[in-house]
Amino acid sequence: MLSARGVVAGYARGRAVLDGVDVTVPRGAVRGLAGPSGCGKSTLARVLALLQRPWSGTVELDGREIRGARYSVPRESRTSVGIVFQQPRPAVDPRMTLREIVSEPLRVRGARQPRARVDELAETTGLDAELLGRMPHEVSDGQLQRACLARAMAPRPRYLICDEMTGMLDASTTAALVRVVTGRVAEEGTGVLAISHDESLLRAWAGDDVIRW
Amino acid sequence: MQQSPLLWLDDMSVRFELGRSRGSETVHAVTDARLRLFPGQVLALVGESGCGKSVLASALLGLLPANAWSRGRALLSSGTDEDVELLAAPESVLAREVRGRRVGLVPQSAATHLTPVRTARAQLSEAFRELRGRADRAEVEALARRVGLDPDELDHYPHELSGGMAQRVAVASALVAEPPVVIADEPTTGLDRPLVERVTDLLGELADRERGVLLITHDLDAAARVATHVAVMYASRVVESGPAAEVFGEPWHPYTKRLLGALPEGGFQPVPGHPPALTELAELEREWGCVFCLRCPETPGVAPCNGEPRLVEHGRRSVAAHPPC
Repeated sequence: MLSARGVVAGYARGRAVLDGVDVTVPRGAVRGLAGPSGCGKSTLARVLALLQRPWSGTVELDGREIRGARYSVPRESRTSVGIVFQQPRPAVDPRMTLREIVSEPLRVRGARQPRARVDELAETTGLDAELLGRMPHEVSDGQLQRACLARAMAPRPRYLICDEMTGMLDASTTAALVRVVTGRVAEEGTGVLAISHDESLLRAWAGDDVIRW
Repeated sequence: MQQSPLLWLDDMSVRFELGRSRGSETVHAVTDARLRLFPGQVLALVGESGCGKSVLASALLGLLPANAWSRGRALLSSGTDEDVELLAAPESVLAREVRGRRVGLVPQSAATHLTPVRTARAQLSEAFRELRGRADRAEVEALARRVGLDPDELDHYPHELSGGMAQRVAVASALVAEPPVVIADEPTTGLDRPLVERVTDLLGELADRERGVLLITHDLDAAARVATHVAVMYASRVVESGPAAEVFGEPWHPYTKRLLGALPEGGFQPVPGHPPALTELAELEREWGCVFCLRCPETPGVAPCNGEPRLVEHGRRSVAAHPPC
């Protein structure tokens, strides 16, 4: 279980965006989180993905509290939670090929031959193998978002945070990527937090398990 | 409707020639588009990303890059002004008479389209000076109110505006010269649902007796909300068009059916496979005729495919390759 307990978080000099939030993400299921723009959904996503330190409160990963003066998070904890953002373009290094983007988390962990795993991830996410050699500016938003999802799935995270993952995408690509994620839930028991302002999308994705803010 | 169309597209095609480093291939971005935009209509042009929708808009505004060429006809015909053949008109005519004056553009992600170091008021006033000769404070504020902006909000810089407010500034800018045609290119991408609804409703209100709106979007909910008419594009071609309620209510082309079936409320099934590469379309069409058949395993059960990619008219509707039985 990945959980936020009494989390208060915000940005420098501003008011707290999250003021005492409790949310849990169980393994092997999709939990939806719906709410309007500006309600703090993305801040919670960053806190749960261990990218942002809360001002107070705790994040608990499989029973272990993430803490420390400098919020230093052990590597195995960091790779336990993957995240996909709404906009794929600012989320990638424009100088890397798609293959380098997808394999980066594997190379950081010292994998020598990530090639086969990247090919497998491309196939799972419906990314044409021929596109792996291209640069981000040579592919569409939908193709780049498939690569971002493949990158998030590369270290086999136990939890996946999808923050408006399909906000820029057309209906067919949306349905396809949601299927990829629910496939991980079924096969690897991944716990997913699906964040969106679109409740009908979340109901199709998470059923009745949708938190409304 | 007995009026004549504001915009009249016949056999309009757009091609991009890729350089030798990319295999000297030709991208078929738009092929034989045939569309009519009448006053009072919101015509939604929908389809998956990369099907050629935005290229069609860019071509109408003369904003194609240098390696593109177009053929066919796109006639802008409004009011008392002389007709302009948009695809053949020189840049001087497009810049002085068409863009902003006779065709307004509402761009995608307005927040990044606005100049970041100037207030919304400064930018809107500049559009007034350029298009109407002077920027009267009361007129600028009246236009702001019309699109649902509080005039005080005009004194904000773009980064201080929410996505919805920035989008309304963009709509106001497009309306400064009261153009008879407004082209909105993905105006709602990245906005949340209440804002999508406000922006689309605003576009709907623009379509009155004098004006027509061409709404380019992959958001089928937004299209269904305001469109009076819809054209569905697939792999560079319009495959189906007609009154929105009829096309969404009873789609004829299997691609339209599949696209609606990808919506959460339509079954949430992605269209199987991928759209063909736009560089391979000519070859695929020679071989297959209807290129959607490559993704449509059940074709014979849906409607008889005649393999002819051109639109066939049936009353108020048109459909390609799959005429209703």
